[in-house]
Amino acid sequence: MIEILQYEFMRNALLAAILVSIACGIVGTFVVVKKIVFISGGITHAAFGGIGLGYFLGINPILTAIPFSLLSAIGIGIISKRTKISEDSAIGILWAVGMAMGILFIGLTPGYAPDLFSYLFGSILTVPFSDIILMIVLDIIIIVTVLVLYKEFQALSFDEEFSEITGVPTRTLYLLLLCLVALSVIVLIKVIGIILVIALFTIPTAIAKQFTNKLKKLIIYSTMSATILTVAGLWLSYFFDLPSGAVIVLVLAFVFFISVLIKKLYIKT
Amino acid sequence: MKNGVIVDLQHIFFSYGKVVVLEDVSIKLKQNDFLSIIGPNGGGKTTILKIILGLIEPDKGSVFVFGNSPKAARKFIGYLPQLFTFDYDFPVSIMDVVLMGRLGKRGLGKKYTKEDYQICLETLAMVGMEHLKDSQIGNLSGGQRQRVFIARALSTNPKLLLLDEPVASVDTKWQQTFYELLQELNKEIAIIMVTHDISVVSTYIDKIACVNRRLYYHGSKKEGMHKISEMYECPVQLITHDTPHSSSGERTND
Repeated sequence: MIEILQYEFMRNALLAAILVSIACGIVGTFVVVKKIVFISGGITHAAFGGIGLGYFLGINPILTAIPFSLLSAIGIGIISKRTKISEDSAIGILWAVGMAMGILFIGLTPGYAPDLFSYLFGSILTVPFSDIILMIVLDIIIIVTVLVLYKEFQALSFDEEFSEITGVPTRTLYLLLLCLVALSVIVLIKVIGIILVIALFTIPTAIAKQFTNKLKKLIIYSTMSATILTVAGLWLSYFFDLPSGAVIVLVLAFVFFISVLIKKLYIKT
Repeated sequence: MKNGVIVDLQHIFFSYGKVVVLEDVSIKLKQNDFLSIIGPNGGGKTTILKIILGLIEPDKGSVFVFGNSPKAARKFIGYLPQLFTFDYDFPVSIMDVVLMGRLGKRGLGKKYTKEDYQICLETLAMVGMEHLKDSQIGNLSGGQRQRVFIARALSTNPKLLLLDEPVASVDTKWQQTFYELLQELNKEIAIIMVTHDISVVSTYIDKIACVNRRLYYHGSKKEGMHKISEMYECPVQLITHDTPHSSSGERTND
């Protein structure tokens, strides 16, 4: 097992798995408890527009995906709170428009789009070191923001109306939370792919939720289960030569199923 | 604030889309008033509270709270929302919930202080819930949760307390304690209590407002009783705590 670490791509993959787990453990917890899973799905898919733009301009698609996912996060937040369009519809529209723009940009780009599949379905074994650096920076932004605004995010997630009354700028904080989702999407895309990102936002927290009902512990357990399971998925995909993103998702889902069984059979509430 | 009037609603109109919820409603509340807003479900009672809190703005009419706009006056208000609006699966302890009452007292990104914890322990003790401070909100009964949210409203150190159906799902025995607590609090703060259950218009309440889209009556309790009957279209009896009604405590919020 250790000998595969002599390959640089494997070391990068392992680092990427840990960095991804930090992002999805922290942000995924809020995604689950605030029940913004579908919004996160919308932001993720809208980011594909940015990936396409990257191909079109000939620069790293991950970089162009950042403004796209941030703008779609703010867009969904503003449209749903300031207009009469329901949040559901706003998500649906941005989800599809982002994807459509991505497809259009790629269509306009002359020649073949290399690695396109790795953005859609993830490819943890091809994460370059430059992307690792970007992931570290985004992880730090996420950690610092949540550390500073923990009590506000907790209150916002539990009772937005009451938080508003106590004088906290809930709208701004909500948009900020969506922006954190957008940044985690960027961290996650390379590893798991746009189509499967939602699994890393939800399943580790869903597993952790079986064993704790404290928010801080939920964040820590989610991060831990995400780390262990993505690394396990990574190894399995390497040894059996299977697509990494899909294997990670199935490992997560399998463990979630087991965790539900354990909770039912052995842990009494 | 003229003549100690702390809430002044003048000719309020409000509608959700085409559905008219409030029509020309005027309510005044003075310092140390204990007002009960009563009326049937869907009659606009909760809407009035939300207008006082500045969560929604009326289509017409003016609102002054502590002589100011509702948003500016929020920091003086403690609010107990209706119970069914929460997700009880949420990973949060009782203490964390009550601490949310202190949220606005600290700046963004600042930690809760020892004083905050102390105040929350005191308000939890007031509602007899301090022994459960570390429990998760989902492990409590409906009545216990209600008491936790009352503690949260009190931990804001309010000058005005807004209670939306506070005794729904609370047992009869605690109701009595609760009204005594409110009476004690009422010496220093004004209280508005919304209810659709007229049996809770107890001896402790001195003013009532009957709202069913329009304001049917606003004034002292005694003269208002026949107006309530008119609004509900059935005879209503005032129930006092000296002669408790056998079924009054079993009513739940439906």
